[in-house]
Amino acid sequence: MSKRKLTDAHLPVGECITQVQEILRERLCCQKLPDRPEGVEAQHKHLLELLKRTAVHGESNSVLIVGPRGAGKTMLLKCVLRDLLEDKEVQKNLLQVHLNGLLQTDDRIALKEITRQLHLENAVGDKVFGSFAENLAFLLEALKKGDRSSSRPVLFVLDEFDLFAHHKNQTLLYNLFDVSQSAQAPIAVVGITCRLDVLELLEKRVKSRFSHRQIHLLSSLTFPQYLERVRTQLSLPDDFPDGKFAEDWNASVKTLCEDKSVEDVLQRHFNSSKDARSMHMLLMFCLSRVSVSRPAIKPADLLEASRLCFADAKANMLHGLSILELCLIIAMKHLNDVYEGEPFNLQMVHNEFKKFLQRKSNSMYNFDQPVIMKAFEHLQQLELIRPVDSSSAKIQREYQLMRLMIDHSQIMEALQKYPQCPTDVKQWAMSAFG
Amino acid sequence: MAALLQHAGYEEERLLRVAQQMPCREVQAGMLLSLMGQPQQYSYPSIFIYGHRASGKSHVMHVLLKELELPHATVSCVECVSVALLFEQVLLSFFGCDAASLLPRSPSLSDFVRIYRQQCSQSPAKQTRYIVMEKAELLRDTDANLLPALLRLQELVEDNVTIILLSEIVWDKFRPNTGCFEPLLLHFPDYSKGELQQILSQDRHPSYTAEFYSSYINILLGVFYSVCRDLRELRHLAALNFSKFCEPLAEGKVKETDTHKLWRNIEPHLKKAMQTVYLREVSSLQWEQMQQMEEKESGALRGLSAHTHVELPYYSKFLLIAAYLASYNPARTDKRFFLKVDRFNFTPKNLLNHLLGPKPFPLDRLLAIFYSVVDNRVAPTASIFSQISSLVTLQLLTQVSHDDQLDAPKYKCAVSMDFICAISRTVNFDIVKYLYDFL
Repeated sequence: MSKRKLTDAHLPVGECITQVQEILRERLCCQKLPDRPEGVEAQHKHLLELLKRTAVHGESNSVLIVGPRGAGKTMLLKCVLRDLLEDKEVQKNLLQVHLNGLLQTDDRIALKEITRQLHLENAVGDKVFGSFAENLAFLLEALKKGDRSSSRPVLFVLDEFDLFAHHKNQTLLYNLFDVSQSAQAPIAVVGITCRLDVLELLEKRVKSRFSHRQIHLLSSLTFPQYLERVRTQLSLPDDFPDGKFAEDWNASVKTLCEDKSVEDVLQRHFNSSKDARSMHMLLMFCLSRVSVSRPAIKPADLLEASRLCFADAKANMLHGLSILELCLIIAMKHLNDVYEGEPFNLQMVHNEFKKFLQRKSNSMYNFDQPVIMKAFEHLQQLELIRPVDSSSAKIQREYQLMRLMIDHSQIMEALQKYPQCPTDVKQWAMSAFG
Repeated sequence: MAALLQHAGYEEERLLRVAQQMPCREVQAGMLLSLMGQPQQYSYPSIFIYGHRASGKSHVMHVLLKELELPHATVSCVECVSVALLFEQVLLSFFGCDAASLLPRSPSLSDFVRIYRQQCSQSPAKQTRYIVMEKAELLRDTDANLLPALLRLQELVEDNVTIILLSEIVWDKFRPNTGCFEPLLLHFPDYSKGELQQILSQDRHPSYTAEFYSSYINILLGVFYSVCRDLRELRHLAALNFSKFCEPLAEGKVKETDTHKLWRNIEPHLKKAMQTVYLREVSSLQWEQMQQMEEKESGALRGLSAHTHVELPYYSKFLLIAAYLASYNPARTDKRFFLKVDRFNFTPKNLLNHLLGPKPFPLDRLLAIFYSVVDNRVAPTASIFSQISSLVTLQLLTQVSHDDQLDAPKYKCAVSMDFICAISRTVNFDIVKYLYDFL
């Protein structure tokens, strides 16, 4: 039997679990960069080539990385940058400017940020002097003076690129693309966006200066690859301090992924969304249940996590309503059935409710109009019903037309789970004619 | 008894203290703790906690963060009318007032992130920092970029920070149209009747036994549970009415165990409370005074809606009746009601006009009905027209047309059926005979 070189250290279980949590949390929560990005090798190569041409050979370029939310666009860019900066020359020469559409909501702010990040002369420490026009002129001067041989290449990364297209006149985009087309200081403009139709947002003059180069990250995972991805995300790396524990853990993860019920759950998740982020959310719920008393992930954990992810929020809120509010919702459901979705107001709902009360012998729910009004307003605050138009100035509250924002199936499901629901209320809900 | 809350990174006695302060919420607190993990580990960038009012979301968060002494910043979005207040509060809680003073005059999100990054490069987070935002549904009404940026704050500032959003509204109504970083969703379920009983019984008065107070809470829940399950409201009602409940005991008429007599004494009182204090028709102070005043003077209790019953002059009452008829009768049926000769008969309809609300009518129609309804001859003087304006000021009529239209103003009648019936009775006018819906 060959003697494998295991680390001799045997840490106590508590310590091991802490280490596991730390490693996996870094992977799932703060999106630590993997050593090699999986499934996007072609895109990685393409982008790396492009940026190398700018950084090493001084060629100006522009590219857009397009993909749905959670597809891994920012992660791809960061991996490419990490690989690019391994080259000493590049590390010395390349200047980087990182902008985000959510933070730099205006061209003025964006320009100040660029000036700050490039440490231009009109920025002292943190403060940037001059007006917008002066700053823009200064920046363009600085960029125009260079040429491929004598000036350092600059990399502009524009996150949430579609938000930059909403700025006034798209000044920043126009200037950046303009510089990238003309023979000036070599710059690379990389835009990251989740909108597939981003080119429609650009003005004609901006679009013509853009190189129309797009890298798409549309995931083409199959289900076995998805399963494999789940397994690798949960497995511990080789350099874990306690080798025996890591082996046991990885083996348990392997058996977990081969379990039939787990496969069904993961199939359901795969069918609703393939991206990495929703997978990370599911695995995070599973990971949170790991502790010293349960040192491994069991199929029950995954089932519970899946139940939490797929829980219907509105049905949960319906569960907490009082009986009166529930009766009002059932009355609204009947009104929707009879009048085919026409909006209703409180008077109509009260009328419908009174018709139900007339049929019952006891008058337990015979509340006054103001009490019913308060229940109705509570439903409005929870946004389970919404006014049809927002002009509530001239209409009395009880005549304001509203719409119900819950589906019929959600109401019926909530009634099944409602604690101690009176049977006549249930029967009223299920009867066809209200 | 095994501790209900257990976690590796925190001391046992602290967790025991935490568990004592939040009855019936141990499961949720445990879930939250396991998501938070040990203080030095990373946690998910954003967590969204939703649940009904008074279901313990803020309470659990505060108790956890305070007892376990984790660095946190609590912001209520109601107070932050401008984003500058939000940024200041966060920087103040994490880095002190020097950092907060670095913010420029009207700071943008970009300034906030920049200053945060500078500060955290000087003092990086050794434990996860938490930003708790209450009433998070108000964030939807601020700038469109604030909510998506806050959800990704961990990535933007490259620090170990987690945002926790607390709200009553479900997450589906928050999502921006191009999507955002989805937070972890956590639900705080409502309290069941038994749990409400358990929590409310903790407020007991020291001079009475626990069973006595529990029986009182039982009766209270029996009256109010089908209408209201909000813990805060129920606690308030319990506190207000307890003295009345103990009255027969203090007077020596009943013993503590005579639940039936106690119930008979308190139940009509609680029913009255539902119509007044629960609806905030009377303030709690007035209610307490009324309880001390005994039954002979309790008729003087006037709710807020009683103040709308002003005493109107004679012709104003008829104007109001005419306005009501004009609002709730369709115009084509005026002939049938207000001509001397009755030649038409109609089939009765359901109360459709009353369900839809009042309809607008022009001034001429109002005056036409007014003249046919008032029994003696009335000259169209300015005093009649000025009474119409005063009815509008009293908000008994609403003016629907624009202020510029002087020749054909339109109005709507804004009073309820009970009010107009009361008024018509004072002038001996049978209004039901003239309403189309009641034929």
